[in-house]
Amino acid sequence: MKLDVNGRAHEVDADPATPLLYVLREDLKLNGAKFGCGLGQCGACTVLADGEAIFSCITPISVVQGRRITTLEGLGTAEKPGPMQRAFIELQAAQCGYCIPGMMMRAQALLEHKPAASEAEIRAALQPNLCRCGTHMRIVRAAVRAGELMRGKS
Amino acid sequence: MNRREFIATGGALIVSFALPAWGQKLPGALDKEPLLDAWLRVGADGRITVFTGKAELGQGIKTAILQIAAEQLAVDMNAIELVTADTALTPNEGYTAGSNSMKDSGTAILHAAAQAREILIAEAAKRLGVPAGELSAQAGEVRTRDGRRVAYGALVQNELLHVRAAPQSKLIARIADRKYMGKPVARVDIPAKVTGGAAYVHDLRLPDMVHARVVRPPSYGAKLKSVEMEPVAKMAGVLKIVRDGSFLAVVAAREWIAVQAMRALRTHAQWEETRKLPRDIYATLAQLPSQDSVIAGADAQPPQGARLLQAEYRRPYQLHGAIGPACAVARYENGALTIWTHSQGVYPLRGAISELMSMAPERVHCIHLEGSGCYGHNAADDVAADAALVARAVPGTPVRVQWMREDEHAWEPYGPAMITKVRAALDASGNVAGWQYDVWSNTHSSRPGKAGELAAAWSLERPFPPSPPRPIPQPEGGGDRNAIPLYKFPATRVTHHFIPEMPLRVSALRALGGYMNVFSIESFVDELAGAAKADPVAFRLRQLDDPRARDVIRFAAERFGWDAYKKQNGRGRGFAFARYKNLAAYCALAMEVEVQRETGELRVLRVVAAVDSGEAVNPDGIRNQIEGGILQSLSWTTFEAVMYNDARITSRDWGTYPILRFSHVPLAMEVHVIDRPGEHFLGTGEAAQGPAAGALANALAHASGVRVRELPFSPRRLRVTLNA
Amino acid sequence: MISGVALLTALAIVTGFSGCASRGAIAPGAQPQSFPRGQVAKGAELAHLGNCLGCHTAVDGKPYAGGTPIKTPFGTIYGTNITPDADTGIGRWSLEAFTRALREGVDRDGRHLYPAFPYDHFTKVTDEDIAALYAFLMTREPVRQENRTNRVPIPRAFVGVWKSRYFTPGVYQPDSSRSAEWNRGAYLVQGLGHCGACHTPRNKLGAEEKDAAFAGGEVERWHAPALNAASPSPVPWTVEALQQYLRHGIADLHAMSAGPMQEVTHDLSNVADDALRAMATYIVSLDTRSDAERRQHAAAALERAGKMRAMQGNTIYDGACADCHNRGRAEEGGALELPLGTALTVPTPRNLAYIIRDGIVPPEGERGSWMPAFAGMLTNEQLTDLLIYLRALSGQSAWPDVAREVRNISRGDQ
Repeated sequence: MKLDVNGRAHEVDADPATPLLYVLREDLKLNGAKFGCGLGQCGACTVLADGEAIFSCITPISVVQGRRITTLEGLGTAEKPGPMQRAFIELQAAQCGYCIPGMMMRAQALLEHKPAASEAEIRAALQPNLCRCGTHMRIVRAAVRAGELMRGKS
Repeated sequence: MNRREFIATGGALIVSFALPAWGQKLPGALDKEPLLDAWLRVGADGRITVFTGKAELGQGIKTAILQIAAEQLAVDMNAIELVTADTALTPNEGYTAGSNSMKDSGTAILHAAAQAREILIAEAAKRLGVPAGELSAQAGEVRTRDGRRVAYGALVQNELLHVRAAPQSKLIARIADRKYMGKPVARVDIPAKVTGGAAYVHDLRLPDMVHARVVRPPSYGAKLKSVEMEPVAKMAGVLKIVRDGSFLAVVAAREWIAVQAMRALRTHAQWEETRKLPRDIYATLAQLPSQDSVIAGADAQPPQGARLLQAEYRRPYQLHGAIGPACAVARYENGALTIWTHSQGVYPLRGAISELMSMAPERVHCIHLEGSGCYGHNAADDVAADAALVARAVPGTPVRVQWMREDEHAWEPYGPAMITKVRAALDASGNVAGWQYDVWSNTHSSRPGKAGELAAAWSLERPFPPSPPRPIPQPEGGGDRNAIPLYKFPATRVTHHFIPEMPLRVSALRALGGYMNVFSIESFVDELAGAAKADPVAFRLRQLDDPRARDVIRFAAERFGWDAYKKQNGRGRGFAFARYKNLAAYCALAMEVEVQRETGELRVLRVVAAVDSGEAVNPDGIRNQIEGGILQSLSWTTFEAVMYNDARITSRDWGTYPILRFSHVPLAMEVHVIDRPGEHFLGTGEAAQGPAAGALANALAHASGVRVRELPFSPRRLRVTLNA
Repeated sequence: MISGVALLTALAIVTGFSGCASRGAIAPGAQPQSFPRGQVAKGAELAHLGNCLGCHTAVDGKPYAGGTPIKTPFGTIYGTNITPDADTGIGRWSLEAFTRALREGVDRDGRHLYPAFPYDHFTKVTDEDIAALYAFLMTREPVRQENRTNRVPIPRAFVGVWKSRYFTPGVYQPDSSRSAEWNRGAYLVQGLGHCGACHTPRNKLGAEEKDAAFAGGEVERWHAPALNAASPSPVPWTVEALQQYLRHGIADLHAMSAGPMQEVTHDLSNVADDALRAMATYIVSLDTRSDAERRQHAAAALERAGKMRAMQGNTIYDGACADCHNRGRAEEGGALELPLGTALTVPTPRNLAYIIRDGIVPPEGERGSWMPAFAGMLTNEQLTDLLIYLRALSGQSAWPDVAREVRNISRGDQ
């Protein structure tokens, strides 16, 4: 099974019904997407398929063949973080950090689609994602900041 | 001369000559672990390693400790490697809990690092033949005034740091001299977390690692009568099925196969269920036998007088509910067991696991790796036990176990249901003349220690029964944490009714009894203020002496604009204050809410908080913890209650146990940190939960005119209560 | 296709404007002072039954303050402000004016109300209940909010014509051949419940087809299934199951309320059990099939559902749906076996498409079962493929042109 993840083609030997989350973590050794519930309720597994936010925990790989999948790792690296990552580091928007990759991907989907999204739109877009540590205020501020960085403002 | 200046000018009493060092108490955790090199080592290459028995829970402790160590050792933060909670390497600091990490470990490392620095300087003085007073330590070197330098690495030999700590240290304390402490240093763990680096035990991948899932019993005490393993054993990718009594697990090469195999196995298992759950928990709690202790005012007269008020408050079982279910990796090889775990206490866990597995503790090695949010005794220890048991069935192969969301909701230890009753009298001036407070609760700690505290242990063929619960004594307290008001009410009598029998599994949830007690006390204080026709803030201030308490209260009220507030229909403001455990951080909160009677919708519009944590090593970390604590408390208070029928827990996912989502996050939140350099570090991680609940209750009362005393303030409850 | 407007115009000309005259204005009432508690409580329950909140509260708006757009084939009508605000709400409506609005579809000033306000149902409500509803509304929080201008190019005078043809005012008359409970159910369903407003087909002039009562209708692009003998429910509803559904929004062998029905069951969850039972009793009686036929139908559906666990037949279904939906609700985390789902047996794939796209999620802060949203995961082709497969599972004949429906939906016509 061929998957296009973060711009690279991967050949994966897994049952077509396997949820994308497990293939990302186990076969591709990617850490960003996380298991939170396996039920599409918490968003910790959020990745992008052709720029749309999806729950990778309930998406079978058979369905996303031929789609362009983006995970947290596709937004940049520790050495060269992308704007979303820079924003989250700058705003120190994490406590335990477990929900953060999912938040970042969901925000990324919105901002790619609507770079000048307002704070209210960001809050509404993040509704499917849960945070238990209470980092919400910073997550919103970081997403706003990411929008600024993506629009080239410093 | 105050303490700060005294230390900064290098006041002479570094090592006390008045009393022998061993006779004096050492600062923080040094008292339990007095050797300096238990806390830090300097390698010949100059590389510094600092050891802490505390664990990073996402509260930023690693960063804070690095700040402290780097500051006092006068090195770059990057020059230090920090090792946390490892039974083979670090001091035994018990649990990372109770908001004690800074007080215990932080303080120990503060002094150990400072003393190490002075020892290095003294050694350099000997080598260079220069008086120590003319030397300074910077960037990992000792330097003379005329430019000669010796690196730390060159100074250490012959176990230079293998010495007992002294009771006092020469601390780098002057603000102007400081590079790290007191600065909002960026968290060292965040970059990896936002770029996909391995950061959690969940990310650990070992060669040949396999995956396992446990088929949990459907209810407490359920026994596995029979199970047809054949159909599942034959599934492609299934490696082994493990059964020991009612403990049933399946191992597979791939994680998804393990999940599916577990589900299939569950359909082939027959259980006998016997335990009954209580229909009305509050009625049950009121009837269960209790051990009663008066923790304050044994001689106090009951409140009496013309103006007497009383109220009862209720709190249901509530979840930790970390976003990432508990996870552990274990490898059993040649009679030795290694477990990678996010347990809050690797040493106590080691003890429990060694008992569970009938192994000597020295053969069990527990290494802490970060988990998802830790808010108390969650399922981390349980999953470590699961992994250990399964690992033993596949020796030599690392086994990874992660709990399913449904299992975590059903089996993790909950924050206990509680009842409080308050009774108070007001005198002619409208001040409290007498105060009587009673709290009913199960234990707030059933942490391992012993194998009997591990869920898997109850299912084994030869089970380990849970240990009889014991109350946590004051001044920490469990159900009675923060039950004694900080206010100077005369004739205050507080009784803790400790209920040993536990209808549901319970243990420590962030703030322990502090959440419910502060909610109750602060709600009732407002009810009294109302009866006295007094402003809630003024009412508190006139009955509170502690100057730091008064400071946070005034600060929060002022920043909120309390006095100038204009009430609108459907909106209201509320205030609350507490000092966590009456020992740790001070926190005062004001908030404005909006409530709709028709729908039961309750939203927080804005929050202003003031917090005093003593010396603020990382002010941003403090703000983060308080914001987080407020939001977590808003979630508990507005939505959360574990649901069950007469046999099983029925709230098993985020649909049946809703928590706060972005739609309910306040539009604005300010946290003001009052920094007190030189003061002791005060635990902050649990300081906001109680006050946030109190402020919300008070704001709701102001907005709606109705006092709600039963948690949570769910939409359904508010529809009924506000329209009654 | 002749537009509704043109038809109405023609009708008006033909009938010579007879019966279309407005009614007289009723003097503003004094701002009412207070009402007995019991009456207000009764009114509260009636408001839940009538789901007044649904049409009279805008998204993120204040309760009963109006502003809700209601799309009709004739344009968009906005729910009005029915809080007791004196200027912008009904604060100065007397009980007489209020009663006339529900009973006759005429506002205080005597103008005809557009039948988007279902007075063809509310006319059946007794004076006593209307008075209780009045007491409830008059004790709500007054909200100052101007009513939005309706975007309906039909003069109110034409509504008079429409009413003369399609509307007969009058309180519900009990059927003495039926039980008290049945009659109560009929009163609630035909009256405040206004179930037929969605579940009955309408003619081109937007009036319910009396001869096809409860034969299925459409609301906000969702299909409201037939409740009569044409009920598409694979397992025919029983009173117990329907009562459960009305209260909890879910019934084990049936469905989860979704789309516009979700807020109905959410509101009904505040209503006493006996009222829901009465409604369920009446509604189930509408299915006039024989017991034998109903049993046969149920058995066939359960047999199809029983085969689910072993079935594999569509890559998308197997990967995205089977895990939960093959387990059945009796299993932890399991979901309805789809051969039992009404969404597969209604005449249009739209319901199912919306459910797959948006999931079914409890209202905020409430507890309930949860189906996740699959939006973004499936391309139009994949969704089409899945819908066709699921329809086949139901044993019904194929839906026409699923691909076009999916394309329309993704282009945002909903």
